[in-house]
Amino acid sequence: MQNAPSIEEQMEIHRRMILTRRLEEILGGLAKDGKTRGPLHRCDGQEAVGVAGCMALRANDYVCTTHRGHHVYVGKGMDPRRIVAEIMGRETGYCRGRGGHMLLGDASTGMIGGNAIVGAGIPAAAGMALSIQVMKEDRVAMAVFGDGAAQTGIAHEAMNMAGLWKLPVIFLLENNQYGLTVRQEVQSPVEDLFIRAAGYGMPGLKVDGNDVVAVYQAVAEAAARARRNDGPTLIEAKTYRMQGFSTSDMGGYQSEAEMAPWRDRDPIRLSAETLSKSIGSEAVAEIAEAAEVEIQAAFALALADPFPVFEFHRPSGAYTEV
Amino acid sequence: MAIMRYAEALNAALREEMGRDPRVFMFGEDIGRYGGVFKVSRGLMDEFGEGRIRDTPISEQALTAMAVSAAMTGTRPILEIMYADFVPLCMDALVNQASVFGYLWEGQIEIPFVLRTQGGGGVGTGAQHAKSLDVFLAHIPGIKVVAPVTPADAKGMLKAAIRDPQPVIFLEHKLLYNTRGEVANEEDVLVPLGKARVAISGTDISIFASSKMVVEAEAAAKLLAKDGIGAEVIDLRTLRPLDLSAIKASIAKTHHAVVVNEGWNFCGYVSELSATIMDHCFDDLDAPVSRVAMPDMPIPYSEPLEAAVIPNASRIAEAARRTLA
Repeated sequence: MQNAPSIEEQMEIHRRMILTRRLEEILGGLAKDGKTRGPLHRCDGQEAVGVAGCMALRANDYVCTTHRGHHVYVGKGMDPRRIVAEIMGRETGYCRGRGGHMLLGDASTGMIGGNAIVGAGIPAAAGMALSIQVMKEDRVAMAVFGDGAAQTGIAHEAMNMAGLWKLPVIFLLENNQYGLTVRQEVQSPVEDLFIRAAGYGMPGLKVDGNDVVAVYQAVAEAAARARRNDGPTLIEAKTYRMQGFSTSDMGGYQSEAEMAPWRDRDPIRLSAETLSKSIGSEAVAEIAEAAEVEIQAAFALALADPFPVFEFHRPSGAYTEV
Repeated sequence: MAIMRYAEALNAALREEMGRDPRVFMFGEDIGRYGGVFKVSRGLMDEFGEGRIRDTPISEQALTAMAVSAAMTGTRPILEIMYADFVPLCMDALVNQASVFGYLWEGQIEIPFVLRTQGGGGVGTGAQHAKSLDVFLAHIPGIKVVAPVTPADAKGMLKAAIRDPQPVIFLEHKLLYNTRGEVANEEDVLVPLGKARVAISGTDISIFASSKMVVEAEAAAKLLAKDGIGAEVIDLRTLRPLDLSAIKASIAKTHHAVVVNEGWNFCGYVSELSATIMDHCFDDLDAPVSRVAMPDMPIPYSEPLEAAVIPNASRIAEAARRTLA
């Protein structure tokens, strides 16, 4: 298969997906106990999109994501301990406690950020791609965004310019079926959003967003195309949001009948099944055990870290006085 | 030194900065082949190519967001927004993106972009093409806002803005582009951001203004001089960060202040100036601060109607006389 992940890469994707799932589960527990601040937006069930999508890129490629971006953070290679520290408001967090779980950024891994304004990541990635094109760099930029963001006006503006200028950008539309509590068919007249790519002169395709190999291949292909200066690609990864919109969501709109088939197609279970055929079920179990040790250590270390001390942000000063 | 029009001074700044730094590029509507609606970028596409001088679709929201993220990833974009009246379309990128990430990701990224736009009334462009929305922009932490009036400052401050590590909003005025003045030819004459200028020295009353309103304030000073009133005109040049020491020094001398801005009065830039003076210069004041601004209404089209609302020299002089009475 062209652009398929190697066995080693599949093992790493599997590991990062488990790290993400356990991150979400432990955070969910802490939220229930009132030990977190603000809402948390869990990505349970969507791990394959963020993790395999980022693993198909290079370390110096840029990625931006949404308010629901933990899989993208872990997928791009960020350190779980510093992710947890940021979410728990500690000085050792990626933004020294200034950002919180929706707004992490880490320039060293090309993660130019979570973004909690729905749709804002789409022009952000296009702008990074514009920067790459002006500087003639060998990089690509990718926006991971949802079906809700796809309905914003700024998505149209950014995709139009990306297609027009053949910007080296990948639009990875993570269709989890819901914009907050409202199903996609109540937000869009078309079921498949990737068809909009035709209007921007770029290829569009849909993939099974719960299949790591399918996501990886699609992104790798799109990245290769962008590096050849052939322009952007719109990839719609169909998946499903297994938890509510956020930890403050009271639920009641996602039925068991709707969720059951997706639960059967859990991306981590599917990845384990595929991997077992190549490396054996024991080796797959070992990946999970090692990931559990790592995530427990991440929480233990982060929770022992100090809180930041407030300093006034001088560069934003309203006055100069000499 | 050379005599240049304001638009030519801006053009020279763009040409010099693009020549010295390959990371600088400019994009916007009609700025390329046509050279810009106000001809500020005339000739630059021929010199620097279509990659670095880009004509764009009419997409202010995404363009502004793209300028922010391009700046975060190694370039120094200059975005031209044709009219300040379109600034509301740019607001998410300024308020929720440019303003916050410099703080959240401090030490990891910088956001060196310049958004150039022009506002102001006086030539019948009507309610959607004549506004001054300075205060919308100056309200945002983490962003600098400048509004020079002279060609020399237009050049020197645009060069400083392009080299600044923070987002800078560069406010021009449609009635200033054809004004002339002496401008430095040398490439390294920068005018620092955040520093006001004494346009006219005086001892009786201080008039604080920026952009085209400095021209009106200077004319008001001439009217007041006929009555034996010595008005000091302070050209603020930068709206944020405000040069507090210049404001204090002037009021310590004159003990009276008139604040002028072409934008709306209520919650306007004049309100901020007035409150700042109250906060920092109360003991030096002999009278309340007077505000001169646009009435709180849309700008009408017909010449006598428009002339009735835009602040001018006679309204400024009248406010000064009232303050001194």
